[in-house]
Amino acid sequence: MSDTPAIELRNINKSFGPVHANRDIDLVVKKGSIHGIVGENGAGKSTLMSILYGFYQADKGDVLVDGRKAHIGDSKTAISLGIGMVHQHFMLVDNFTVLENVILGAEGGPLLAGGVSKARQELKRLEDDYGLKVGVDELIEDLPVGLQQRVEILKALFRGAEILILDEPTGVLTPAEADHLFRILQVLKDEGKTVLLITHKLREIMAVTDTVSVMRRGEMVATRKTSETSMAELAELMVGRSVLLRVDKKPAHPKETVLDVSHLTVTDSRGVQVVKDVSFNVRAGEIVGIAGVSGNGQSELLETLAGIRKATSGKVTIEGATIDLAETHVDPAMMRDWNLGHVPEDRHRMGLVTGFAEYENAILGYHNDPTYSKGFLLDIPKIRDAAREEIEKYDIRPPDCLLKTANFSGGNQQKIVLAREMERDPTVLLVGQPTRGVDIGAIEFIHKRLIEMRDAGKGVLLVSVELDEIRGLADRVLVMFDGKIVGERSPETDESELGLLMAGAHGENA
Amino acid sequence: MFDALILILDSTVRLSTPLLLACLAGLYSERSGVVDIGLEGKMLGAAFGAGAVGYVTGNAWLGLLAGIAVAIALALVHGFASITNRGNQIVSGVAINFLAAGLTALLGQTWFRQGGRTPPLPQGGRFGDITLPYAEQARDIPVVGEIYYELLSGHNILVYVAFLAVPVTWWILFRTRFGLRLRAVGENPAAVDTAGISVVWLRYRAVIACGILTGIAGSYLSIAQSSGFIKDMTAGKGFIALAALIFAKWRPANAMFACLLFGFLDAVAIRLQGQKIPGIGEVPVQFFQALPYILTVILLAGFIGKAIPPKASGIPYLKERT
Repeated sequence: MSDTPAIELRNINKSFGPVHANRDIDLVVKKGSIHGIVGENGAGKSTLMSILYGFYQADKGDVLVDGRKAHIGDSKTAISLGIGMVHQHFMLVDNFTVLENVILGAEGGPLLAGGVSKARQELKRLEDDYGLKVGVDELIEDLPVGLQQRVEILKALFRGAEILILDEPTGVLTPAEADHLFRILQVLKDEGKTVLLITHKLREIMAVTDTVSVMRRGEMVATRKTSETSMAELAELMVGRSVLLRVDKKPAHPKETVLDVSHLTVTDSRGVQVVKDVSFNVRAGEIVGIAGVSGNGQSELLETLAGIRKATSGKVTIEGATIDLAETHVDPAMMRDWNLGHVPEDRHRMGLVTGFAEYENAILGYHNDPTYSKGFLLDIPKIRDAAREEIEKYDIRPPDCLLKTANFSGGNQQKIVLAREMERDPTVLLVGQPTRGVDIGAIEFIHKRLIEMRDAGKGVLLVSVELDEIRGLADRVLVMFDGKIVGERSPETDESELGLLMAGAHGENA
Repeated sequence: MFDALILILDSTVRLSTPLLLACLAGLYSERSGVVDIGLEGKMLGAAFGAGAVGYVTGNAWLGLLAGIAVAIALALVHGFASITNRGNQIVSGVAINFLAAGLTALLGQTWFRQGGRTPPLPQGGRFGDITLPYAEQARDIPVVGEIYYELLSGHNILVYVAFLAVPVTWWILFRTRFGLRLRAVGENPAAVDTAGISVVWLRYRAVIACGILTGIAGSYLSIAQSSGFIKDMTAGKGFIALAALIFAKWRPANAMFACLLFGFLDAVAIRLQGQKIPGIGEVPVQFFQALPYILTVILLAGFIGKAIPPKASGIPYLKERT
C-alpha cells in the first residue's frame, strides 16, 4: 500500500445561494481503506461527494487524486480518474435492463452489438469476483432496491472505478441486504479499492470503516480512527453537544380510551388483504407503538385510520362516536374534524407540497378553518403570523416562512408537518415514521414533543420500522406481521423476542 | 371495388408521408425528453423555405436543403429556449408555431406578392414520381402486379425516404450508442449525466434530428405533393403527427401504422366528399377530419391501453439544486 492518499481535498468551499454547504473542507482518504463520513442531514456530505464526482463544481479549493491535482469539471472526468459513485437516489433508467444501464456511457463503440457481448463477459466476471449477483437481462423496475444498488456498484466497477463513493447506501436496504452490502465493501477493500461511505448511521460506521470523518453544518470537524472512537463520541461531534440516544420519559398514566379500532380489514388495489381483522385501542395519555418490518400492513392501517384508504370492513370509535368504516364515507378532512391528527409516513408524498412556501404548508388540510380566512379570501398576514409562531416553537430552521419547503432539510420538513398536526391539539395523533431520514438533533426534538403530547393527555399511535424508536417511545408495543397484530408486548421486552415476532416466528399464543 | 380500394390506399400512402416524417421527428425529440408541440410550425417554415428556393433555383434538391435548414433553425430556437435556458417546452413550441405561421405569410407576400403563396414551381423545382423497376411490365398481373404498380411504385422519392426512415429510426434507437443514450436521457437525465455524458449536447442532437425530419416533411408538402407553398398549408398536420406519436406510444413501427391509419381516414374523407353512403347518407368531411383526434382522446382515456410517455419528457434538466 503506497502512502500517497487516494483522495485529498484541500480547502473546498461551495455555496448554494445563501447556503454555505461546504466550508474550508480538508480531507485525506488513504488508499485501500474504507473511510466513513458521518454528519446530520444537511451537514454537506452529499454536496462534498458530488463535488468529488464532478456533479457540482467547488467555488474554491483543490482536489487531489492519487497525489495529482485534478480539475473534475464533469462526471466523465471523475470516471476517467477512477472514481465511481453510488448515489442516494439511484441513477438508473427504470425501463432499461441491467446490462443497458451498466453500459450507458461506456458502450465501447457507436454500435451496441460489439460492446454488449464484451460487457456481458465483463459483468459475469465482476459478478463472480465480488459476489454481486444480478440478472443482466432483468428490467430495473422489476428489481428490488437492494439489487438496484448492486447494479449501481457494478456500473462503477465496470467503468474501472478504484475509488467508490457510496452516498447513504443503507437507507433503502433491509438489515440483511445491508449486511450483504458490507461484505461486498469488505471484498472491494481486499481487492485494493478505496471506499468512501457516507451515512448518518453510526452503527454502520463502527461496523465497517477504518477511518471516520465527521461533518457538521458544512464543516469537517474531526477525523478519527474507527478503532479509537465510540458511537457516543461521534454522535457528540455530529451535533456539537451530547445527545441522549435514549428517550427520557416518565411512566405513562393512561386514562379513558380515545381510539378504538375493531375488526378492521383493508384490501388494496390488487385485491390482496393487507390488514386482516385488526382490533386494538389507544388510551388518552399513552403512546401505542406498532412495530413490524415494513410492508406488513402498518402503512395501510395508518392510512385507513387517517381516512385516506377505504376499509373493507371494521369500525372505529373516536371519542365515543362509532363509525363503520366500510359503510360510511370517510375522508381525511372528516377525520381531522373528529380531532384526529395525522403525520404521514412519507412527508414528500403526503405531508407537504414541496413547491409551496412554509406558511402555505403550515395550514395544508386546515385551510378551510375560518380563523384563516377573511370572507372568501385567505387571511395571509394571519397565516404567516401563525406560521412564524410555529417556526419559533418548533425551532424550524431556517426561520423563514416564505421559503419553499423543498429547501428545508429533512428534519426541518418533518418538524413543519409535526407542528401543523400538533398545534391543532388533536385528541388522537397518528404518527408514521416520524424520524425517517431525519438527523439526530431533530430526532431528539421530535421524540420530546411526542412524549409531551402524551403527557398532555393525548393518545398517540406510532408506526415505525425503527425498533429502537418504538421501544424508546411507546408504552405498549403491538407487533404487526402479514397484516395481523401478532402480539402485544411491553417496550422493555427483549429486542430479540420482538424481532422474532416481527419475523412471524410465533403467533398470538407465543 | 378493388380498384377503388387501391386508389384509396394509394392516396393513403401520399397523405401519410408528411405525418410519418413529422411523427418520427417528434419521436426523436420526445424520446430525448423535449416535448415538441412545434412540429406544425417547423413543417410550415420548411414548406415555405423549400417552396421559395425551389421556385428561385428550379432545383428540388436545393429546395429540400432550404426546407431542412429552416426547420433546423427553428428546432435550434426551441432547443435554446428549452434545453439551454430550461424554459417551458410547450410555450416555446407554441411560439414557434405562431412565428412560422406569421413569418411565412409575411415573407411570402413581401417577396412574391401573391397573397402569401409562392409562385408555381418551374420544371425541376418539384420532386417527380419514380417508377419502380418492372412496374410497367407488372401492372397487368392481377392483384400483386396492380398493387406493385399502383401502390408501391409511382411515388416521389420523399415518400420512400419517409417509409425507409421507420426501420432506420428503429435501428438507431435500439441498436446504436446514440439511441441508447437518447432513450436514457428521456427517462432519467440524471443517470445520463452521472454516466459522464452531456445531457445538453445529447438533447440538442435529438432536436436537430427532429429539425431534419420536419424539414423533409414540410418540403414534401410544397415541392413534392403540391407545386409551391400555400399559406398555412400544413393545416394541422403537425398536431395530427403529435397525436399519432402518442397513439404509437413513442415507437417507430407503431408510428408508421398510426400515421397510415390517420392518412387512410383522410383519404376516405376526400373520397367520400359529397357522396352518399347507402343507409347513412352523407357523412360530413369534418367527421373524418376529427377522427384522428377522437381516437387519440379515446386512447389517452385509457381504452386502448396506456400510453406512457418518456418519464422526463417536458421537464428541463436542472443539475444544481435550487
